[in-house]
Amino acid sequence: MTTTAPGRFGVYGGRYVPETLMANLIALEAAFEDARRDAAFLAEFQSTLAHFVGRPTPLYHAQRLSQVYGGQVYLKREDLTHTGAHKINNAVGQALLAKRLGKRRIVAETGAGQHGVATAAACARLGLECIVYMGALDCERQRPNVERMRLLGATVKPCDAGSRNLKVAINEAIRDWIANPDSTHYLIGSVVGPHPYPLMVREFQRVIGDEARAQFTRVAPRPDAVIACVGGGSNAMGIFAGFVDDPQVELFGVEAGGDGATTAATLNTGRPGVLHGALSYLLQDAEGQVLNTHSVAAGLDYPGVGPEHSFFKDTGRARYETVSDTEALAAFKETCALEGIIPAIESSHAVAFARRLLANRPGLRVIVNLSGRGDKDLPGLLAKGLV
Amino acid sequence: MQSNPITAAFDRARAARRRALVPFLMSGYPTREGFRAALAEAATLADVIEVGVPFSDPLADGPVIQAAAAQALKQATTLAQTLEDIAAYRLEPQASARGQAPEPTATPSLTLRAQDGFTPPVVLMLSINQVLAGGAQNFAQRLKAAQVAGAIVPDLPHEEAGSLNAEFAAHGLALLNMLAPTTSPERTRAIAQSARGFLYLISSAGVTGTRDTFPSETLAYIKRAKELSGAPVCVGFGISKPEHVRQLADADGFIVGSAIIKAQSEGRNIADVLQPLRQAL
Ligand SMILES: Cc1ncc(COP(=O)(O)O)c(C=O)c1O
Repeated sequence: MTTTAPGRFGVYGGRYVPETLMANLIALEAAFEDARRDAAFLAEFQSTLAHFVGRPTPLYHAQRLSQVYGGQVYLKREDLTHTGAHKINNAVGQALLAKRLGKRRIVAETGAGQHGVATAAACARLGLECIVYMGALDCERQRPNVERMRLLGATVKPCDAGSRNLKVAINEAIRDWIANPDSTHYLIGSVVGPHPYPLMVREFQRVIGDEARAQFTRVAPRPDAVIACVGGGSNAMGIFAGFVDDPQVELFGVEAGGDGATTAATLNTGRPGVLHGALSYLLQDAEGQVLNTHSVAAGLDYPGVGPEHSFFKDTGRARYETVSDTEALAAFKETCALEGIIPAIESSHAVAFARRLLANRPGLRVIVNLSGRGDKDLPGLLAKGLV
Repeated sequence: MQSNPITAAFDRARAARRRALVPFLMSGYPTREGFRAALAEAATLADVIEVGVPFSDPLADGPVIQAAAAQALKQATTLAQTLEDIAAYRLEPQASARGQAPEPTATPSLTLRAQDGFTPPVVLMLSINQVLAGGAQNFAQRLKAAQVAGAIVPDLPHEEAGSLNAEFAAHGLALLNMLAPTTSPERTRAIAQSARGFLYLISSAGVTGTRDTFPSETLAYIKRAKELSGAPVCVGFGISKPEHVRQLADADGFIVGSAIIKAQSEGRNIADVLQPLRQAL
């Protein structure tokens, strides 16, 4: 097991939050531990995944990409889920849990907008009030998702402070929760935040890895490598969870290398610190001030990372690489042209790394987690002439 | 163990039959000189002074203190600079401001005179990440050297505070515990009983910022904390006017933050806020 002390992955994780939130986190942990052992809850979760989310998603052999890249590339098609990204797995899980806790109001943050849309959909279905915080920069570059959230009945609150991206959206969501601790559940969108979030979100996302592992056995007992992009790290941790105990399977997390000058490559260039309630790698200066990030992908544009990834980095169980904006855009276009699939710009980072890995080690059989679809990116990328 | 200067400051207020006043100032706000002047001015009315070291992502703060932190960071305010300014103030409370800025314009009833030779002790307020940046031991040593009495680390709950507490105890510093209205009875007991310096009561759910009134439960909450606490009990978050002090009369002290920062941002004298509160104590 990867949890070494309650709420810790090695030294990472923990619960570094203002006192007002402690009672909620303790109650949430108890409710989650109770729910994951409750057959009725699990049955409702499974049924929601099957009938609302559309699981299982295919494991698709991308033959033309395989040919061009020089290996065997299998895409785990999270882009085919309802609302178009893996985020929905966690959103429906936590929404069910919030209902169990008697909460009527949900707050969430979103970067790319996929988690916001997923949360809005999950809340509409259960009749829960939904407020989504989103950086003003991300509202601009992921406009289609802002409109989708509104249609689904959510209130979108643009955050204009500082970096105007995912980090400030999380700040505002946490502040909202501090002001409304009784009525509200904070439905966090990645394996970040204070305990029990990193553990809980991983468990709601592990369906990706469990399915992929079973599906791959039709091809061979195990893939050589599993590749996923890492923003906060939830799609990566979800697919890694299926393979972590298979030592012959290499795990690769792909961070945003940005434009080279400014990145969001937390595990590659950060050092341990505390942001948003957990100890983990962090992009920060010598004073402990959190640094600004840049990535073409709003969902990867975050200076922190889930604590279990920090643990995997230190133990060597997973390796973390970077892919630049330019490489990701090239992989985006290749996936469109060669496979007829428009991937999210986040997921394109994972595809780009598959290209590099197979160039160095031809013939490997790799699974790439195609975490989401790219419709949301088109207006922004087209307007900038990037695709 | 030597008695902590915070305890002595509360004893002094109690001997004068009044409750304690704990103003919050942001280091580097509105400028470094302005902060030094504010320290000198606050020293004439405060029992303890809380100094915020600006952080990029303060989760427990409302818009007023967030904006002050952002402005202080824009001017590259650091922990080292903060400690330098506090050390200078500790040595000579009034001189530290002279030559740096025009003398704050005093209200008629206020002269910039130390309170009979009493210099209010200082506690820092900052994020755990700012502590970890240089390491807990180094942090404690630097606080001690600058004659800081302790620290409030709002994102370091009781359960995570063990190693910093040990480091602070070894240096004669107080790590101040915080209670919230949402804290369970069992945790309230543990947190209150282990309180050092003073116990910081978050008045009501929410981030820092002024509140008009306080719910009636706040009174019962203060009473319960006082019964259990091994240290004086201070209320903060939203205190801005004498009515608040009168409404929450059972507390041993009051922490005033956003109201002061707001006065500074409007170019008003901070004594405009502190003087009426002090008179209500
Ligand atoms: C499609 C897609 N992939 C990946 C991410 C990154 O998040 P995580 O690292 O938690 O999977 C996002 C986040 O918005 C996303 O929308």
